[in-house]
Amino acid sequence: MSSAQLEARRRSRQLMAKRIGGQAYLWLLLILLYAPILLIFIFSFTQSKVFGNWTGFTFHLYENLFTGYDSTAQVRVDPNLYRAIFFTVVIAIGAATIATLLGTLAAIGLFNMRSRARKSITFLNSIPMINPDILTGISLFLLFVFLGISRGLGTVLIAHVVFCTPYVVLSVMPRLTQMNPNLYEAALDLGATPAQALWKVMLPELKPGMISGFILALTLSIDDFGVTFFTKGSNGLETLSTFIYADARKGGLTPELRPLFSLIFLTILVLLIIMNIRTNKQMNQNKK
Amino acid sequence: MTNDYIIEVNHVSKQFEDGKFALDDVSLQVKKGEFVTILGPSGCGKTTLLRCIAGFQVASSGDILLKGEDVTSTPPYKRPVNTVFQKYALFPHLNVFDNVAFGLKMKKMEPETIVRKVKAALKMANLTGYEDREVDTLSGGQQQRVAIARAIVNEPEVLLLDEPLSALDLKMRHDMQIELKELHDQLGITFIYVTHDQEEALTLSDRVVVMSEGKIQQIGTPTDIYNEPQNCFVADFIGESNILSGRMIRDRKVEFCGKVFDCIDEGFGENQPVDIVIRPEDIYVWDKAQEKRGQIVGQEDDDAEDRVPKGKFTKWYGEVQSCIFKGVHYEMRVLTPDGYEFLIQDYHEYLPGTEIGMLVKPEDIQVMKKEHYIYNYFDGEVVKNGKVRFLGAEWDVDEKQLEPFNVGDEVRVAVKFRDIDLQDYEEEGTLSGEVHFILYKGNHYHLTILTDDGDTLFVNTNDVWDDGDRVGITIAPDHIYLTTRGQKREIDEEDRDE
Amino acid sequence: MSKLTEIASARRTWAWPYVLFLVLFVVLPLLLILYYAFTTPGGDFTIQNFIKFFHTSEAVNTLIYSMAIAFITTVICLLLGYPAAYIMAMADFKTPQVMALLFILPMWINFLLRTIATVELFNMFGLPLGEGALLFGMCYDYLPFMIYPIYNTLQKMDRSLIEAAQDLGASKANVFTKVVLPLSVPGIYSGIVMVFMPTVSTFAIAELLTHNKITLFGSLIQRSFGEGGIAMWNYGAALSLIMLIIIAATSFFDQERDHDAQKGGLL
Repeated sequence: MSSAQLEARRRSRQLMAKRIGGQAYLWLLLILLYAPILLIFIFSFTQSKVFGNWTGFTFHLYENLFTGYDSTAQVRVDPNLYRAIFFTVVIAIGAATIATLLGTLAAIGLFNMRSRARKSITFLNSIPMINPDILTGISLFLLFVFLGISRGLGTVLIAHVVFCTPYVVLSVMPRLTQMNPNLYEAALDLGATPAQALWKVMLPELKPGMISGFILALTLSIDDFGVTFFTKGSNGLETLSTFIYADARKGGLTPELRPLFSLIFLTILVLLIIMNIRTNKQMNQNKK
Repeated sequence: MTNDYIIEVNHVSKQFEDGKFALDDVSLQVKKGEFVTILGPSGCGKTTLLRCIAGFQVASSGDILLKGEDVTSTPPYKRPVNTVFQKYALFPHLNVFDNVAFGLKMKKMEPETIVRKVKAALKMANLTGYEDREVDTLSGGQQQRVAIARAIVNEPEVLLLDEPLSALDLKMRHDMQIELKELHDQLGITFIYVTHDQEEALTLSDRVVVMSEGKIQQIGTPTDIYNEPQNCFVADFIGESNILSGRMIRDRKVEFCGKVFDCIDEGFGENQPVDIVIRPEDIYVWDKAQEKRGQIVGQEDDDAEDRVPKGKFTKWYGEVQSCIFKGVHYEMRVLTPDGYEFLIQDYHEYLPGTEIGMLVKPEDIQVMKKEHYIYNYFDGEVVKNGKVRFLGAEWDVDEKQLEPFNVGDEVRVAVKFRDIDLQDYEEEGTLSGEVHFILYKGNHYHLTILTDDGDTLFVNTNDVWDDGDRVGITIAPDHIYLTTRGQKREIDEEDRDE
Repeated sequence: MSKLTEIASARRTWAWPYVLFLVLFVVLPLLLILYYAFTTPGGDFTIQNFIKFFHTSEAVNTLIYSMAIAFITTVICLLLGYPAAYIMAMADFKTPQVMALLFILPMWINFLLRTIATVELFNMFGLPLGEGALLFGMCYDYLPFMIYPIYNTLQKMDRSLIEAAQDLGASKANVFTKVVLPLSVPGIYSGIVMVFMPTVSTFAIAELLTHNKITLFGSLIQRSFGEGGIAMWNYGAALSLIMLIIIAATSFFDQERDHDAQKGGLL
């Protein structure tokens, strides 16, 4: 073997080692990241109340979750859990819808403004994004007290719209910049009223941005704790986050949370995979 | 109000928030069925004018009439006009058929009628068979035709076209120009076309409206615009031209370049300063060596004698500086002994260094009114320390000029075009600005300078500048003349040739 | 057309409903915090609330401690996250996207749930809850937020710059320090902000991960508006204002304001 060939072999081995090393690091990190998640996933298939005790494989907890009744302990699963899930979904969908409508109109308006007005409003728009949830929550808390509005579903909804809409605006803006600037006027020119032009021409163009804005708003809403905490008031309204918080403070997690958590995890995983396949397909289409 | 006019634009002005006038007192009347082109450089206001007619912009003052009705504030969806946009503005989420049918659907027509009309429009646009195609699969030229079909299917009274061909390559553009002209003949409706391409304007139009800086410079047929430009801007913008300063001695006699010429223009008065335009192709040339006793004598292999018109024409002479073959003709630059440079087009080659003779027929000399002469006039105010404030800056002024005035007096400041000095570095000037427009006048450049405050200055110089150059502006104190407001300065003898 | 139609058809007016909304529900609330921070319960102007804070050594210590924890968390996330982002972005293996997806997926799951999961993990292994758990939990919660912007920035980087540097004689180390690292700075800033801001203001995580043993600044604020009754609100508002200033100062680092919207960029 010539020295050149030896050298080449050494190099490729080095490269391999580097590649393996890199991958190993990533996998290590991933294991650390997913350990807690996988743990909960695994222990959702066992019945013990105490986390960490494996008492045999069973779908019992899943059953309990779906029926609301623990047949073994002859006790109802905490109904507040279901109420929390319900309100989480209602608020998320409601806030995301309002945010998408409000934000899309705002983005169109913003796009057509003169630069000075645009800059100040863009700044205002970024405040809810920068503010940590505790500050948004407390400031809104004070507002509702000031306005004499009693806190409940309505206030939580408003609060969620506050921190969701900026992201919708940001999602829609890129589509606006890419869009042909004359589309709206072309529609007017052909006899459409402003409302018709918006509905028939602009919204179809902006749809992708609106959809990703909507989904983003959904996840932000479901994920929120701090803002909901301060704006829900004290007449029993709970979302999943606040329920878990209260539950954990009482000590010991409601076991049915384990299957719930696992299901959420799986759903998101599947959703993300689907989304990614879609984007890849679109990207390949656009390349043509 | 003649019923013949389908569009009337009456003293329309459009001002934007920053105070700039995109349109400045624009008036225009268009007859039914005409092909009118609005021509001008970017920023001249042509698109704004079109948008006002379309309804996307509302005029700040003045009114617009369509078929005799005031439509100044009517929204675009209520006007019987349709627009073809520069970047086509086809709806990406609809296919060709749905794009073209859009306007008809808005009018809630019967589906069968819609299909019939759309097919007819596509046929006129040479797009039969393209109904189901997606918009993003079409070439630029095809998209253009869809845009046209989409507009004409609505049978508008007026079709507005905003630089529709500017995104196409040259060959495609020429083909589309022919198609558009045929379409106009076929449809018989009024076309209002906006472009910055003068060749396009001259080819397509019945009439051309030349605009610059928000104002209409001239309206006329292509031949009128080309042969008889009314001012320096039009003369310079359209085609190549030689523009010089001259003096109208009396009707039909004009002096320029140190010689007196017969011409055919009248009504400019006596002994009045004017601007002259001569097209490069209108100057006849011959080799001076071919002359004998002032007469042009041809040699066997040259037909100069037959080329150059015989008769009593004023001749002048110069030396060829450069001669470039342009495919159809040669383009030469010729310098006269007193420093005038002419651009000449001829079918024969004359080598640099050759002395040639030139003549021009009286009907090819176009005389134009001079818009400004010798002096810039500004409003100013005397301030302390022997300075006068004008154009937003304070300038040192000669004591003698200041004598009749007190601090705080309002004065009229006069500065000759050629007394304004331009510096390469803005910081060296009392004022800074930008070169906005360059006019070559044969023996000097006549520049329009836009100061940073938005004022306009005219400068005559032999230095070569570029459009858009940033400059510093200085004026020597003894070149600033003060008079009371309302007075104009006497013209010195020595300036008469400016 | 009527003046109203003319106004409504100008698209720039369509933003006004949202602007009104912002003024009412963003600007006004912040002004209220300002108001409460500088007034007594009776409504008189005072800076007493701030003085009280600076004189309460526990409160000041808590603030400093919270900032320190946030800082350490950010640093750890940066040290762990940058290499991960780098390896994925520079990957020559087949599907870095899948990897990236896996790292980012936790971002979508409710962070309280993730925190609980960490608590249970610690319980299971008998590890004590406390400072260590807190740090682990914070890093665990926010690591994806550091990886994502850095990965994004590195991915978009023009690879020919690396080749150009190599062509000009730069060693591997130099290529990294002089080309890659400087170009990834916007992503780093984004990541720092996205980790530091929530960690400095959090309260629920600490309570859960340390069994209420450790109090963070966020908890202080929360308690002022909880058990204390209206009297404590002014104090709480002052604390909130202090946190607002810290957050505002940090956000000047962030040049890419749409960092969280990049979440949507995955879709």
